Amino acid sequence: MRAMVKANEMKTITGQKVDFSKIRDQFPVLASTVRGKPLAYLDNAATTQKPWAVIDKMRDFDSREYATVRRGAYRFAEQATHEFEEVRAKVALFLKASSPEEIVFTSGATMGVNLVAGSWGRKFIGEGDEIILSHLEHHANILPWQMLAQEKGAVIKVIPVNDAGELDMEEYGRLLSSRTKLVAVNHVANSIGTINPVQTICQMAKAAGAVTLVDGAQAAPHMKIDVREIGCDFYVLSAHKMYGPSGLGVLYGRKEALERTPPFLTGGDMIERVTFEKSTFAKPPHRFEAGTPPVTQVIGLGAAIDFLSSVGMDHIEQQEKKLLDYATELVSRIETVNIIGAARDKAAIISFTLADAHPHDVATILDSEGVAVRAGHHCAQPTMDRFCVPATTRASFSFYNTFEEVERLAEGIKQATDLFRG
Amino acid sequence: MSNINELYKRSIFDHNRNPRNFRAMEDASHSCDGYNPLCGDKVNVYVHLDSEVVDDVSFTGSGCAIFKASASFMTSAIKGKTQDQARETVTRFLGMVAGSSDPDPDDNSLGKLSIFQGVREFPSRVKCATLAWHALTCAMDKANGSPEESEPHKDVVSTE
Repeated sequence: MRAMVKANEMKTITGQKVDFSKIRDQFPVLASTVRGKPLAYLDNAATTQKPWAVIDKMRDFDSREYATVRRGAYRFAEQATHEFEEVRAKVALFLKASSPEEIVFTSGATMGVNLVAGSWGRKFIGEGDEIILSHLEHHANILPWQMLAQEKGAVIKVIPVNDAGELDMEEYGRLLSSRTKLVAVNHVANSIGTINPVQTICQMAKAAGAVTLVDGAQAAPHMKIDVREIGCDFYVLSAHKMYGPSGLGVLYGRKEALERTPPFLTGGDMIERVTFEKSTFAKPPHRFEAGTPPVTQVIGLGAAIDFLSSVGMDHIEQQEKKLLDYATELVSRIETVNIIGAARDKAAIISFTLADAHPHDVATILDSEGVAVRAGHHCAQPTMDRFCVPATTRASFSFYNTFEEVERLAEGIKQATDLFRG
Repeated sequence: MSNINELYKRSIFDHNRNPRNFRAMEDASHSCDGYNPLCGDKVNVYVHLDSEVVDDVSFTGSGCAIFKASASFMTSAIKGKTQDQARETVTRFLGMVAGSSDPDPDDNSLGKLSIFQGVREFPSRVKCATLAWHALTCAMDKANGSPEESEPHKDVVSTE
């Protein structure tokens, strides 16, 4: 298996070695077996597994410290509030935001986009205004805008992609105009792994006077994020894709952008004063957090961020690049395979079709070997249409995956090829 | 590989490669589309009814091997049956792949269709096996002028 044991180790800045096999041991689910075979979990773009650090932190919090936040006048609630708000500060640092006030907790990246479309969008998008999306978007970054456009009589324009799965930036430049009110693109395409040049996209949008939203659900767990360097107005992510709990996401909003955004969901704890005639609302971020938030999940996200930081985003990026390179090498060697997406900048995602077997059949055969992958349109039907396939099989990697698992993926694909050739 | 061989029997590969009655029916008396939004499988099932008898069934569409083989076997099994017999077969087939009814070992009414029994071990694939069957039911419902026919959205059956 080549010199992969060595490749599993990496030196930190201080000269300490990062041993990825030891890091893997911290994820209990990865020791599971499926249909009698060890689990090779290659569906990380859908959701990631949790390390003990996250599981333990949430259990400890629930068993020793749990209370409501921002409303109780007793010690327990004050302590819980303190921990909760500490995580907000931690997220701000993780994303290089200017302040914790720019961090809103949501139920996920999907809710983040819906919040911006349903609230900022409903206020600032009007008839004839244009919204620019890319051809690589997840449905969660299409549908809220489509609903808004239908309601307001706005127009959606789409940045095309080339055969490698990269955005056509020249065409993007042509689409931008004084009518463009918003540009919403993903940082990393969940379906085929393209890393989009979001910094350039946001610069160009800003020059045209448009507001920008970046869907970072697939980027935050895999690379360093600097929202100020990117220059976006809004950035959304999901905790469950970054080794944290499900049901929780983050909306980053530049201070001025959030301040201009009216409330979205209304209810408890997001107000200044309520009467039956008229109410005034809290300042961001609390204006956007109606009701009791998912307290324990937020604490879990804090632990996930600590975990990611302890491994180091640089190391994560390097390790996942090695896994992607090895997987691309092995998978592309199989004659029947057609890999969709060959962007120069690509996250550790391989989306492919087989000449003789449907993606679902391939996924089932891989599953019988313990290899968990996704098959389908990945909630990105326009992307599938662009590449003229109804669906693909997708393997998506995390730093905790091993080179041996990559080999099992390739073996499984060969098996599917043999079976279907008959 | 034991499980996988239970699912992918040789005849499933055969019907996937060479599906029977895989054609649009020009003189169909009724037809219905089926769609699985989860995986994008699409089917159009055509029937030709001669009074009570389903004297021709065919399908077009695209999807995985389980879907295609199931649709192919379905057309062979249904052709020539009365509508009542066809509905009875649909019910038995759906019960078998969903695992809600164990086929009686002495009951051979499902015949060759029993090769799809392995699907129940793969819950995420049950919808692949049942898509064409739902579309068949929909086509027969149209023939009987059931209320759904007047609802435009019911022209397509969806597994979701």
